[in-house]
Amino acid sequence: MLAVRWAEMEALALHNVVALDGTFPVLAGASLEAPQGSLVAVLGGNGAGKTSLLRTLAGLTTIVEGSGQVLGFDLSTKASGLVGNVCLLGHGTGLYEELSPQANLKYLATIGRLNRSGVASALDRVGLTGRMATTPLQQLSAGQRRRAALASLILRSPALWLMDEPHASLDAGGRALVDALIAEAIWRGSTVVLTSHDPNEASAAADLVVELVGGATSGARSGGGGIHHVS
Amino acid sequence: MFRDAWAVFVKDLRIEAASRVGLWQVLPFAAIALLLFAFALGPSHRVLASGAAGVTWVGVVFATFLIVGRSQSIEAGAGIAESQRLAGVDPAGVFLGKAGAVAVQLLAVEGLLGVGARLLLDFHCARWWLVVVASLLATIGLSAAGTLYGALVGATRARETLLPMLVLPVLVPVLIAVVRLWQASGVAEGQGLAGWLSILGTFAVIYTAAGILFYGQVQEHS
Repeated sequence: MLAVRWAEMEALALHNVVALDGTFPVLAGASLEAPQGSLVAVLGGNGAGKTSLLRTLAGLTTIVEGSGQVLGFDLSTKASGLVGNVCLLGHGTGLYEELSPQANLKYLATIGRLNRSGVASALDRVGLTGRMATTPLQQLSAGQRRRAALASLILRSPALWLMDEPHASLDAGGRALVDALIAEAIWRGSTVVLTSHDPNEASAAADLVVELVGGATSGARSGGGGIHHVS
Repeated sequence: MFRDAWAVFVKDLRIEAASRVGLWQVLPFAAIALLLFAFALGPSHRVLASGAAGVTWVGVVFATFLIVGRSQSIEAGAGIAESQRLAGVDPAGVFLGKAGAVAVQLLAVEGLLGVGARLLLDFHCARWWLVVVASLLATIGLSAAGTLYGALVGATRARETLLPMLVLPVLVPVLIAVVRLWQASGVAEGQGLAGWLSILGTFAVIYTAAGILFYGQVQEHS
């Protein structure tokens, strides 16, 4: 349960957080501090609590002990303030399989009060153009569906990006795209938290590396910060 | 709220149009149910005609479970619930949109079963306005109650069996009232219409209001 003081102005601040998802305990003492515009890599084995940490940062779990602030909002009392400011890219796309990437993004733009003109450029940015943009998601490959999910993040352009193993299901081009999108987000001042099974790659790119064991942070250290050099 | 409701309404109907579950599963199911009831009632025209309204609306109620179950299952995709919540969609808007889409599909079922009742069961109607008003009010009640209870059981594994168990007792007043009104439409004049219509109207208003007020909490805790 080690917390690292990364900077004076934290976008993320968890202190010994114990959290429940429903009635199921998912975090057992997680601590983390990271400033705005940083990349945080969360490492840990299966079941260590990586996804739960992301869900907690999104305000989707119930904190029963400890304290947490994200983007200035208290997770125990003001988590609703995160709406519109946080995106969570999990193992699923978060999109409707029966609709095309274009229709999904137009729907998200409407409910998120976003400009619909950003839909085409977001799809273009991830390489989903032409028929791929109008084909139902269920007929696309896993990698293309992942790209559609990335396009939804670009469209929403939140202040906090939470990405659960964002490189999964992607080819080399897709992985490079993810790195470029993360670099762009950080350049714009967003904070990015991602989980990874690859400690070397994550450590080299991230500003801060957090390790989880059994739902608790077992260590935190500075990373290489290599993401700032991705063009 | 209404902007979100319209977005959800259009999205749900687009998904139904793409998947064609309603066209290839719900409508045939409703038609088969009507045929089975007709066979069960026997060849007597008098019996068929007197049972037409009840048979039709039992078929509509059965179809409601299929349509509501489908409506909830499209929200069960991986990450969709979190995505909607973080996007800030208004739960009241989600409720109205989903209930509206369910209502449109129910109206299609009622149209099919109504035609079937006329052709197969000798359903006679002298006052069409009464059939239309009663059907619209019942449809609003069925879709609102179905959508609210559908969200309540949406996250449970046994939602397919839990939904009818929860909703069937609740829908009894609607079923009785709409069947009485359909039967009353067969004669030129009738007593007690206002009472049955007020039951349908009250049910529709109560469940629509409950959905607008509590859908978000139901989603969060289910």
